[in-house]
Amino acid sequence: MTDSIDVMVNGEQRRVARGATLLELLRSLELDPRVVVVEHNRAIVRRPRLGDVTVAPGDAIELVHFVGGG
Amino acid sequence: MTAAVDTIRDTPFVVGGRTFHSRLMVGTGKYRDNEIMARAIEASGAEVVTVAVRRVDLDRSKETGILHHLDPSRFFLLANTAGCFTADDAVRYARLAREAGFNEFVKLEVIGDQETLLPDVQGLLDAARTLVKDGFKVLAYSNEDLVTALRLEDAGCAAVMPLASPIGSGLGLLNPYGIRTIKRRLSVPVVVDAGVGTASDACVTMEQGVDGILMNTALAAARDPVGMAHAMRLAVEAGRTAYLAGRMPKHEVAVPSSPLEGMLD
Repeated sequence: MTDSIDVMVNGEQRRVARGATLLELLRSLELDPRVVVVEHNRAIVRRPRLGDVTVAPGDAIELVHFVGGG
Repeated sequence: MTAAVDTIRDTPFVVGGRTFHSRLMVGTGKYRDNEIMARAIEASGAEVVTVAVRRVDLDRSKETGILHHLDPSRFFLLANTAGCFTADDAVRYARLAREAGFNEFVKLEVIGDQETLLPDVQGLLDAARTLVKDGFKVLAYSNEDLVTALRLEDAGCAAVMPLASPIGSGLGLLNPYGIRTIKRRLSVPVVVDAGVGTASDACVTMEQGVDGILMNTALAAARDPVGMAHAMRLAVEAGRTAYLAGRMPKHEVAVPSSPLEGMLD
């Protein structure tokens, strides 16, 4: 049992601490939770719940925001 | 606003229960840099500004987030589902956009063809129905086909957005008749989206009686985006005002403007 697990973040494999929450994941990536929307295994996780949801090995996490577009 | 324009009373521009002061909506894509984008948007006078939903760049090689350059308290952010080729994808993007917490409006695009970026009508209708049921105010990017527009209205869309010509083409208004017909038959606002290339295109489009125009590339790809944004603002106002004023009838023969009487022998 290692202290870290592999998850997919925006299509890239990332190593995160076992038991980390989504909020901790955002912090480790230096992302402001106020400007990022989080999708966890295809389900949107609202901001107030980001600290409640822990990630598991193989989870697919998408972190999106607004960019320029028409 | 000049006194002459004041004499023509326009109806408010209301979409999805919200009143907007400008009939020109602008996109935020493809600008050379964000400073020019911000100045162009300012010059356009637009209130509704479209944005796209994309992955955050995790390695931070570039800061792509638009909210660093656009004050969300000053503009109405209209998220799009650009790049989506299926109804499911479009619904997914729309839900992610709504979660950003600004509003429940979405500019729905379901693209059916890579080369022309023309809409997939079936996917568009499916996604529109799902999103309306889910509480969204859907502004649906559509082709200039009347029946599609009617179905989108039936589906509960807050506005229908027929194209002037393909996205990013700058070819101008290719089917004025189609656009006029849609405007005549629909009760919801009709906002022409895509294809406007220069100010005259915007003016002619507004003269068809549509409620507004959304454009992006016409500004972003102009030599001087800020200058073009100013021109577009004037053109949209000019076209709208001309529509309200009512154009003269066309004649196939000349009709003299000066009196025929009083000519010398």
